[in-house]
Amino acid sequence: MQRHKHLKNIFILIVFLFLYLPIITLIIFSFNTSSLNIVFEGFTLDWYTKLFSNSALLEALLNTIIVSVVSTGVSTIIGSLAAIGLYKFNFWGKELINKLLYIPVVIPEIVLGISLLSVYTLLKLDLGMGTLIISHIAFSIPFVIISVRTVLNSTNFQIEEAAHDLGANELKTFFYVIIPEIMPGIISGATLAFTLSLDDVIISYFTAGPGSNTLPLQIYSMIKTGITPDVNALTTLMIVVIMIVLMISSLIQIRKIKKEAM
Amino acid sequence: MNKNSKSKYIYLSPVIIYAIVLILFPIIYILFLSFQTSDNYGGIIYSLTLNNYLKIFDIVYLRVLYKSACIAIITTFICILIAYPFSIFISEKKANTQKILITLVMIPFLTNSLIRTYGWIVLLRKEGVFNSVLRSLNLIDNPISFMYNNLGVFIGLVYTLLPFMILPVYSSVSKIDKKVLEAAEDLGANSYQKFMKVILPQTLPGIFNGSLMVFIPAIGMFFIADLLGGGKIMLIGNLIKNQFLVSRNWPFGAAISIFLIVITFILVKFYKKSGGNMDDLGGF
Repeated sequence: MQRHKHLKNIFILIVFLFLYLPIITLIIFSFNTSSLNIVFEGFTLDWYTKLFSNSALLEALLNTIIVSVVSTGVSTIIGSLAAIGLYKFNFWGKELINKLLYIPVVIPEIVLGISLLSVYTLLKLDLGMGTLIISHIAFSIPFVIISVRTVLNSTNFQIEEAAHDLGANELKTFFYVIIPEIMPGIISGATLAFTLSLDDVIISYFTAGPGSNTLPLQIYSMIKTGITPDVNALTTLMIVVIMIVLMISSLIQIRKIKKEAM
Repeated sequence: MNKNSKSKYIYLSPVIIYAIVLILFPIIYILFLSFQTSDNYGGIIYSLTLNNYLKIFDIVYLRVLYKSACIAIITTFICILIAYPFSIFISEKKANTQKILITLVMIPFLTNSLIRTYGWIVLLRKEGVFNSVLRSLNLIDNPISFMYNNLGVFIGLVYTLLPFMILPVYSSVSKIDKKVLEAAEDLGANSYQKFMKVILPQTLPGIFNGSLMVFIPAIGMFFIADLLGGGKIMLIGNLIKNQFLVSRNWPFGAAISIFLIVITFILVKFYKKSGGNMDDLGGF
């Protein structure tokens, strides 16, 4: 039995090794004096300073942040309103809308990418930040709706009626009753939208234009022409930021649980 | 009534416009494109033809479709083989440990997928980390080709898609009531019976869910085939990409896309028939 347990732990360890190996490699090489990412020759922080003079990479990073923030904001608002609306109201064609909303979730990303590209071409829209943001909104909204709907389905909406009965108007009920109630769904939907947008390669590949290179696209072209370790340095910094955000959010969660227990 | 319909309008009009303009219309438009003829310069000659669909059944393209489907199926199986025991072993840990381990599964996937693919290139290429370690241990004389072949594509696809299998499978495994397992033991079930009669049936929806989330992207991830397959391996995604950006035969690319949509819908129908919940596909 004990041996069984060891084998299980070893299996878990191997899977984690597989998941983390490429990332750890990149982090190690970000401190390497050689620029070739082949052998570790010596420790340096040079790539971290060089990163801040790599204007193409920084511009791509800025574009990525703009696209992700704007598309997450818009899709969170539309998606949350939609989830509430689809939950509360019945209307002609609701079935069709519900079905359409699953399409971006299930079809291969490349199909969504080329169909949006075709439509932009048909409408003679120039590919750029605009089309990129619209495309990211297009694939994010359904994920927000699903996240919010999951919370709505487990919510007791008699509170809303009670608020109405106590004289709260529509707007007040919305901001003081509905929104706080579904906040967990909105937050997880927004997080999901933001992560998907930050990492998107396929749809951006078809819908970005000159001057709207995102970080994934920039890295894609760099991998083909040769990557310098300042990209490793950027990755390392991004991982550090993600770890800090995750730690803060879990600390908040722990404090909340403790508060509720008291 | 009036007030109610006004708020209904605020809640619903953005999503209705969105669903029609950014989902329905683009799909109808590529359906329309798929019946047109390309002038080979990126232009479209308006016609009504089934040629693009017939072309899919050309042996050259059938081979690509067949190979891409095989790669996606094998990738899905490897992901199940890793994710299933992994999820069961993790679900045997304490609740807090489980939470930490699942978060640890998520962290790599919050970083850029291309960057992680590049990490694999650094490890796998001829002068890469694996080969130099093996050589310094005197285990090999000539470098092993880990990439620019099928192996590289499998490593890339399994790596990128594994969490999409782990999360739904883990969530179905962790929902199994421990008391039911104890009851099965009390009634004299051995480990094999316990697995076949209790664990497997309850985790099948999770496996179906994960398989859908792995198989469908595995057909389309052209950048993995490009970078780790060295352009030698064509997925359906590469084929579509080439029709749109290289050979500029949009109608043919559109026809393959419609073909993929039909396949996706069939798979989703099966998923729903087996009791799968659509919202589980988009919730992580």
